[in-house]
Amino acid sequence: MPAAGADSLNHVSVRDTDWDGVRLHVVTGKGGTGKTTVAAALALALASNGRPVLLMEVEGRQGIAQVFDVPPLPYEERRVAVAPADDGRPGGDVFALAVDPQSALIEYLEMFYNLRQAGKALTKLGVVDFATTIAPGLSDVLLTGKAAEATRRKSGGRFVYGAVVMDAPPTGRISRFLNISSEVSGLAKVGPIRGHADTVQSVIRSPQTAVHFVTLLEEMPVQETLDGIAELRDIGHGGIQPGGIVVNMMRDAELTGRQAAGAAGKISLGSKTRDTHALELALKAAGLGDDAGLAADLADELADEARTARSQRAQRRQLDEAGQPCYDLPLIKDGIDLAALYRLAQALREQGAA
Amino acid sequence: MSSDTTPLVVDQLIDDRRTRIIVCCGSGGVGKTTIAAAIGLRAAERGRHVVVLTVDPARRLAQSMGLSSLDNTPRLVTGVRHAEPAGSMHAMMLDMKRTFDEIVESHADPDRAAQILANPFYQSLSSSFAGTQEYMAMEKLGQLRRADEWDLIVVDTPPSRSALDFLDAPQRLGRFLDGRLLRLLVAPARLGGRTGLKMLNAGFGMVTGAITKIIGSQLLRDVQTFVSAMDTMFGGFRERAEYTYRLLRAPGTAFLVLAAPEPDALREASYFVERLERDDMPLAGLILNRVHRSPAARLSAARSLAAAETLQGLDDGESTALGMTALRLHAERMRQAESERRLARRFTAAHPLVPVGIVPAQPDDVHDLNGLRLIGESFAAT
Repeated sequence: MPAAGADSLNHVSVRDTDWDGVRLHVVTGKGGTGKTTVAAALALALASNGRPVLLMEVEGRQGIAQVFDVPPLPYEERRVAVAPADDGRPGGDVFALAVDPQSALIEYLEMFYNLRQAGKALTKLGVVDFATTIAPGLSDVLLTGKAAEATRRKSGGRFVYGAVVMDAPPTGRISRFLNISSEVSGLAKVGPIRGHADTVQSVIRSPQTAVHFVTLLEEMPVQETLDGIAELRDIGHGGIQPGGIVVNMMRDAELTGRQAAGAAGKISLGSKTRDTHALELALKAAGLGDDAGLAADLADELADEARTARSQRAQRRQLDEAGQPCYDLPLIKDGIDLAALYRLAQALREQGAA
Repeated sequence: MSSDTTPLVVDQLIDDRRTRIIVCCGSGGVGKTTIAAAIGLRAAERGRHVVVLTVDPARRLAQSMGLSSLDNTPRLVTGVRHAEPAGSMHAMMLDMKRTFDEIVESHADPDRAAQILANPFYQSLSSSFAGTQEYMAMEKLGQLRRADEWDLIVVDTPPSRSALDFLDAPQRLGRFLDGRLLRLLVAPARLGGRTGLKMLNAGFGMVTGAITKIIGSQLLRDVQTFVSAMDTMFGGFRERAEYTYRLLRAPGTAFLVLAAPEPDALREASYFVERLERDDMPLAGLILNRVHRSPAARLSAARSLAAAETLQGLDDGESTALGMTALRLHAERMRQAESERRLARRFTAAHPLVPVGIVPAQPDDVHDLNGLRLIGESFAAT
């Protein structure tokens, strides 16, 4: 946990971003889209504003520890990185926390009922396991509750964290995860859980919270993103605010898109007998003239690429229709390390995401 | 693939009539459902009577197999090519709540079943308990196997946050529903009134007191009512969980671990392989999906880039520009293929005995049986 007053007031950001006023950034995405990496990059990008940022994960995967290459995270807010300086202003710290429902429940008992010892006894008896695994709504309330608590936590009259970033469950589960009150209402109509859920809900549904979607330009992740955004909007009483769409793992623009499509067009895309004469001439000029079949093979490769580019453009159009800001992040070829995260954070800042 | 790897030939697996169940597992986003459907179609077109049980398919993939509604019933897939002997393909989507309801309905008399189905705690448990989907997928698998209408069942596993969950889930839910804690909780309700109170010692009072504080007395009452109503079914749950577990370990079941040639997916695949080995589950091999290959692999990335640079120095005619694009693109693809091979080698070094099969990346998403068929071509021996 950061010490109170660790940063000074003159570090307040003056940049305009797309999400000014948002303090809880929920990051979701289909499996395989790089959701954890994007959450980590977003946390670094936000911390560049000079204030500490808390990055939390809720699924027990220890993905944050892997991304930052640190030992598995305990249930404790630990500093994992410092954001790069921005305009000569020092960057803020990124703290990380792995939340699990059991620890959150014990903390909750302690905070609200001073029941620490009871919590330990309950754990031994398997009650905690029971309460958190069998009543899924309860588990989600505890996880989102921790995020809400960190978002609202104050020390000396100001927020301890400039922002909280949550590496949330995948897109297919996100609206249920966040729509706590309806999950809980079936279970608990009155009582302390209900009261807690209502408090958490007031944070999640406020303009302080935005849900960002990580996707690739492929059909299934794009479809899930669009479904997820629609579901958030459909949640009653004004819904939950959808955030940006992060298109992750984009390959070099130079080699994709129009150029490849245009080139492939010249060798008649899709036809069985391609006219590869122009390509043969070029290969000959490049000193590769003695491989007779090469032009045809490279033409096949181009045609594949053009088809991929075409389907990506179609997916991009679909995303545009969602009406949310889109941010592109490049494909990192050699594995994610801190340098790569800085690069991604920079890309997010340049595009106004943080 | 490097020569020291045993190739995985899926065709051998589906042509072997002793193979009755194929389980596709792996982390989310690696194409489990697509591969399961492609295996199902391939097997049907090689004469097997197949049912594909899918948990959470993409809409268009479902449509490509002729599934439009989620109704928990195997539907015949039309358009399967005729084989000699003739095969067939059914496909179904799992409706976990419906499956749970059916278990209740078949194990309790109508009045009691209605009481259970209406219980708020049951409704939450059956529609969102973290292990319910896994449990119901395995339950459905057991049902399909018992029905004996198909000679091959292909199942894709739920997109669990941890790919291992589905192995634990049946036992976990079984253990919970069967558990002492639950019995402890309902003891007062069952014993009723004063007799119940006498039974309570201080420790137990603290437990129920705390539970009441956490979840509220109304929810506790719902749980108690639910447990009393379900009482007769508890033994059944554990039995079913154990039956499924045995079924998974039996000869005739084959596990396929799926991964994309990416670090995260392969790390998950490694965990999965180790877990299956520890549980003595019959692992058939790893399928690497969406692998990039070049038809012009004889031209290395370095030579291709050098050639592109030669062209750069020439006039900027149309064919020069085309050549440069093609050569740079090729170099890029060769690099990608090399980095994928490196990842695959790392997996093989850790698991030298696990056969590996390759499914090439498709330029388009799969929308129809033809797309599935194209994937199926990579299941042949090379």
